[in-house]
Amino acid sequence: MSKKTLAVEFKSVDKWFDDFQVLKDINLEVSVGEKIVICGPSGSGKSTLVRCINSLESHQTGVIKVSGAEVGLKSKKNNKTLTEVGMVFQQFNLFPHLTVKENLILGPMKALGLSRKDAEERATALLKRVKIPEQVDKYPSQLSGGQQQRVAIARALCMEPNIMLFDEPTSALDPEMIAEVLDVIIDLAKEGITMIVVTHEMGFAKKAADRMIFMDEGRIVETGAPKEFFNKPKTNRCKLFLNQILQH
Amino acid sequence: MQNRTILAILLGTLVVGCSSTDTTEVIWGWYVIDPRTQQGWNNIVFLINGFSATIRLSVVAAVFSMIIGLIVVLPGLSENRWARLPSRIYVEFIRSIPLLPMLLWVFYGFPFLMKSMGIDMPIAPFWGAVITLSISDSAFTSEIYRAGIQSIEKGQTEAAKTVGLNYYQTMLYVILPQALKRILPALANQFIYIVKMSAFAYVIGMQELTKRAFELNNNEYRALEIYTFLIFEYLVLVLVISFFVRWLERRMGSDQRK
Repeated sequence: MSKKTLAVEFKSVDKWFDDFQVLKDINLEVSVGEKIVICGPSGSGKSTLVRCINSLESHQTGVIKVSGAEVGLKSKKNNKTLTEVGMVFQQFNLFPHLTVKENLILGPMKALGLSRKDAEERATALLKRVKIPEQVDKYPSQLSGGQQQRVAIARALCMEPNIMLFDEPTSALDPEMIAEVLDVIIDLAKEGITMIVVTHEMGFAKKAADRMIFMDEGRIVETGAPKEFFNKPKTNRCKLFLNQILQH
Repeated sequence: MQNRTILAILLGTLVVGCSSTDTTEVIWGWYVIDPRTQQGWNNIVFLINGFSATIRLSVVAAVFSMIIGLIVVLPGLSENRWARLPSRIYVEFIRSIPLLPMLLWVFYGFPFLMKSMGIDMPIAPFWGAVITLSISDSAFTSEIYRAGIQSIEKGQTEAAKTVGLNYYQTMLYVILPQALKRILPALANQFIYIVKMSAFAYVIGMQELTKRAFELNNNEYRALEIYTFLIFEYLVLVLVISFFVRWLERRMGSDQRK
């Protein structure tokens, strides 16, 4: 595999929060267009791993590359790389003082230098894609959780990223709203964008993932294609975890 | 219970005082501000004309204080402790100087300092008071900003970062608009504080409310009546401000519910 085809690359990455080591010797290669689903018990380092990709967290040793450029360095010159990476948070993190439209066009206008007109065109098209074009002038607090998360997805897409990160995008949602958000993510997965999704929605993982990653205590314990991963997990730890979450 | 008794006595004496406008009455002298006589009316107009200076001074000082506070707080929130240090020192230093000594230093002392450097720059009472009030107040304003900014969830900063905004864009478009809404009551409080502290400007000869009351009393020797009137002037001013702030809070708060 040549270097150019890698969207994200981790090389022996370690990270500590003070004395506590959250990531232990992480090695991971994600090809362009690949859909990765990361699962594992809470506190296993899944979110931290994802947040290292767009420099929301910094690592202490090892190398992380995004589209070939190293990130998480002390010098903060890697802003350009970061706009290639979109992110959707568990808590949506929409800007509550701005309307849906303003939420979407803020980044493209201020960071990418688009004109208001171009940014609004993008926003309108994306709101159609996440199936809420009629909410354009509402404030986030007037929307349901599922709608807010779909706006958050549209906001990330408005930057036209090459890589999308999802950090437990449905964990804060009421059960009846999970499907509408997952549908949007699955649609997106069909379009060739690189995706790394932290989630416990195994039905979604089976449908959308090219590769599963299981993490425990800061390590990548197991990785594999969804079929093998779910049918015959290699490690006991993974088997136990899958039993627990698939029981219901 | 005790409070009520005191209040009753105070109100009682006031009412008794107000009812006697006879100039031969020795104990009370409400005639000095009796609008029915020409002299009383002139005195009232003289006192009330101080509002203009008090309000101008307070508003200009408040605006400067908000700007300086913002300039001080932004490096103060940096992760770099060397960037934080000057802002910390400024706040601790300015906060510990009482207003009156600072006013005397700025108005009487500072021009000498300038003169020693060859710059002849007398300071007008108005600007002396504005500089002192706004610098003195900015230490508090910046602490209010800090509390407001730090109260905004970390996710907002992170989300702003993921859509490519830099530190100052994040502050300007995402954090400050939300923080301002939260700290509006505290800023209003601070403005009321400025209005009251502006009374100190009388020592450098500014013709504001207190100075005028002081001057009138020098002519009339009716301290109780004149200073009672003065207190009511401030009371009215502050009540009007409070009313306006409530209105503003309702308006800003309604943006989200609309």
